[in-house]
Amino acid sequence: MADLRSDFVGIKSPNPFWLASAPPTDKEYNVVRAFKAGWGGVVWKTLGEDPPIVNVAGPRYGAVHAGDRRLIGLNNSELITDRELQVNLEEIKRVKRDWPDRALVVSLMVPCEEPSWKAILKAVEDTDCDGVELNFGCPHGMSERGMGSAVGQVPEYIEMVARWCKASTRMPVIVKLTPNITDIRYPARAAHKGGADAVSLVNTINSITSVDLDNFAPEPSIDGKGSHGGYCGPAIKPIALSMVSEIARDKECAGLPISGIGGITTWRDAAEYMALGAGNVQVCTAAMTYGFKIVEEMKSGLSRYLDEKGMTLSDLTGRAVPNVTDWQYLNLNFVTKARIDQDLCIECGRCHIVCEDTSHQAITATKDGRRHFEVIDSQCVGCNLCVNVCPVEDCITMERITAATDPQSGAPATGYRNWTQHPNNPMAKLPEPAE
Amino acid sequence: MVDERTPDIAAGRLTAEQYVANFNDLHPPLDRHQALVESDRCYFCYDAPCVTACPTGIDIPLFLREILTENPKGAGETILSANILGGMCARVCPTETLCEEACVREKAEGKPVRIGELQRYATDALMADGTQPFVRAAPTGKRVAVVGGGPAGLSCAHRLAVHGHDVVIFDARPKIGGLNEYGIAAYKTPGGFAQAEVDFILSIGGITVEPGKALGRDFSIDSLREEFDAVFIGVGLAGVNALRLAGEDQPGVSDAVAYIAELRQTDDLAALPVGRRIVVIGGGMTAIDIASQSKRLGAEDVTIVYRRGADRMGASEYERELAQTDGVTIKFNAQPTALVTDGGRVTGVTFEYTAENGAGLAGTGETFTLDTDMVFKAIGQTFVPEALNGAGQAIAIDSGRIQVDDERRTSLAGVWAGGDCIVGGEDLTVVAVEDGKIAAESINRALAG
Repeated sequence: MADLRSDFVGIKSPNPFWLASAPPTDKEYNVVRAFKAGWGGVVWKTLGEDPPIVNVAGPRYGAVHAGDRRLIGLNNSELITDRELQVNLEEIKRVKRDWPDRALVVSLMVPCEEPSWKAILKAVEDTDCDGVELNFGCPHGMSERGMGSAVGQVPEYIEMVARWCKASTRMPVIVKLTPNITDIRYPARAAHKGGADAVSLVNTINSITSVDLDNFAPEPSIDGKGSHGGYCGPAIKPIALSMVSEIARDKECAGLPISGIGGITTWRDAAEYMALGAGNVQVCTAAMTYGFKIVEEMKSGLSRYLDEKGMTLSDLTGRAVPNVTDWQYLNLNFVTKARIDQDLCIECGRCHIVCEDTSHQAITATKDGRRHFEVIDSQCVGCNLCVNVCPVEDCITMERITAATDPQSGAPATGYRNWTQHPNNPMAKLPEPAE
Repeated sequence: MVDERTPDIAAGRLTAEQYVANFNDLHPPLDRHQALVESDRCYFCYDAPCVTACPTGIDIPLFLREILTENPKGAGETILSANILGGMCARVCPTETLCEEACVREKAEGKPVRIGELQRYATDALMADGTQPFVRAAPTGKRVAVVGGGPAGLSCAHRLAVHGHDVVIFDARPKIGGLNEYGIAAYKTPGGFAQAEVDFILSIGGITVEPGKALGRDFSIDSLREEFDAVFIGVGLAGVNALRLAGEDQPGVSDAVAYIAELRQTDDLAALPVGRRIVVIGGGMTAIDIASQSKRLGAEDVTIVYRRGADRMGASEYERELAQTDGVTIKFNAQPTALVTDGGRVTGVTFEYTAENGAGLAGTGETFTLDTDMVFKAIGQTFVPEALNGAGQAIAIDSGRIQVDDERRTSLAGVWAGGDCIVGGEDLTVVAVEDGKIAAESINRALAG
């Protein structure tokens, strides 16, 4: 069994799987259940100033389902904790005392005034928790009051609050980022400049999951009205992965640890986040879909994977970052063609019709008068659409051609040439002609 | 083992609850969630093989997608626009040899999308609505006679009515519906579905029904041709093949088709006498249906004897398994050679084993005898051409059935035919529906010309 012990900005936990600040970490009862189930750490649901906020008493969640009601996206409009600060602090202190080997980080959100942050940090420090996470991500409700993502969308505020917090506490400070922004690097750089120990991302994405077409109200709706919520779950993973990678490879953020969040459901999701630069991961929706037991699968899967690869956890972090690049550096001479395995093909014809209707007319429907799907290399641009729509795994694969030129375009198909070197690029740095 | 008390033929062998359970829906209808999950399994194939395999060419991927997107009535309309008896076909089609056999999921994993059950889900949703989704064209003033109110005739009549023609359906029986009403196994179409479907079809308007009127007795083809602008013949197969064995006309031997019709029409299954030991001779769907239903009426031993091997049997493997699950024994490769009679009734059947040789089927000389209380003949039905040509001009007959061209035109001008009574008729509801549809379009073109 691989060693899954994790050290994230000095916070130690028996494994890198934390529960994100969210309903599952709302109170002692849930957190203790999570620790019993084997979670490495939790970020306690966001604390705020008294009096506690009030949540709606109607539906707080909306869902997007794939076939068979598999939940692939969850929308929530729950606010920060709706319990008194002192109650939370007492529970946090007790849980940390009872579970000293687990990571216990406390999420915070107070108005953008230094005394407010100082006061709450002082109170939280007394619990002996391991660190704090500044909630600059929550996109609903709190943002209307100038907190949450309203802060996270203004890099100057992020830097300012991060600096206040670092000056006021010995605890590690993690800044949680909102994805509701055009370029995630700017808030990350601001957190870094403000002295934050790490960033965690992503918080949820503004969303309306559906519209009731009888009542013409967005879902979930409260008394006929709806407000956007925050979207999370497997559906947002690709968006979050990209954002994590952007920060991981940003020179200005060099050395800034990342806690990866967004649709992590399995060990594989976690490993992907870590490969793109996350030092650990935080999970919420998967637990809210299946319960806490899923962490067992995550631990066993990641452990087996690391053993098979002969890697340690820290070897994994950032392993794929050097392979994330800008489009302009992709090899334009890497020419692939789709190959259809006729033994695996079940002849649904989807590859043909999507290519015919929406792409490059590069897959036959018949051959010698019979139903037969085959790639026409002279038309195939190697786009991979057929691979993605084929219902049979590995039936269609992409193969790099061995010919010197692409039969589709006539362009060279060997060696390396990217856009910065391409003659069609007016800005290209073409090699000097031989003398 | 010979039972000295033969014949043991009795009604009321079961409790009231057992009758209900035995003749209830074979497959309970899919509920909404099941339908959504199952329809989601469809890959929405290009030029889908299931559509090609459907004799009526229903756009199956489209109707499955309509179910998936919670538009079941739209799905129903998609089905009925290709096959107005889509509701019955959903219940009785041998989908395992048609659409579901062609489904790429069958090839991929041996588990096709359950198209038949989903078709029922969609058509039930539409028919529960009670509204006829099709609208009649403006009246043409043309009148068409449809002889026989079975699947072919109903399909033809509905399509003609849509085109604005007036239709009169003549049927020899008291109810129209044909084999849907008198022939299909009861547990495949419970709850009076056959008549509900007839009512739904007739609700298009412009169709008059003349039950109890038989061709050759109450009217002739010539009289119809005089009175109507076109005639469609969909009379099915009125004759039953004979065993050609001594004693066949004695009590104890029954015609399976007639018995099933009686079963379908009875108000009280407990009043229907059934033997304790049943022998069914034949290998088609009728043999399976009579065997299963006898068992479900309380018969103790039911044996189907078929003269050829399983691979030649008309009934599909699925249907055979259904009967075997009901407790029916199927014996292959044996043909009846003599009926055992005692006291003026048949008490047993002697069979000789058979083997296929190069020339065909031959007896091996080895025999066995099954004691029985009732023997059911299910060895095929025949077209009876006498009624057709009893008067007036002859309509060409080929291989014992009516000869038609691709448009289902007979050799006699102004007369079309379809269903089991034509050459190549497949004894399938869905094929009869397609015949009626093709004929109606051809008639419509002819009347417009």
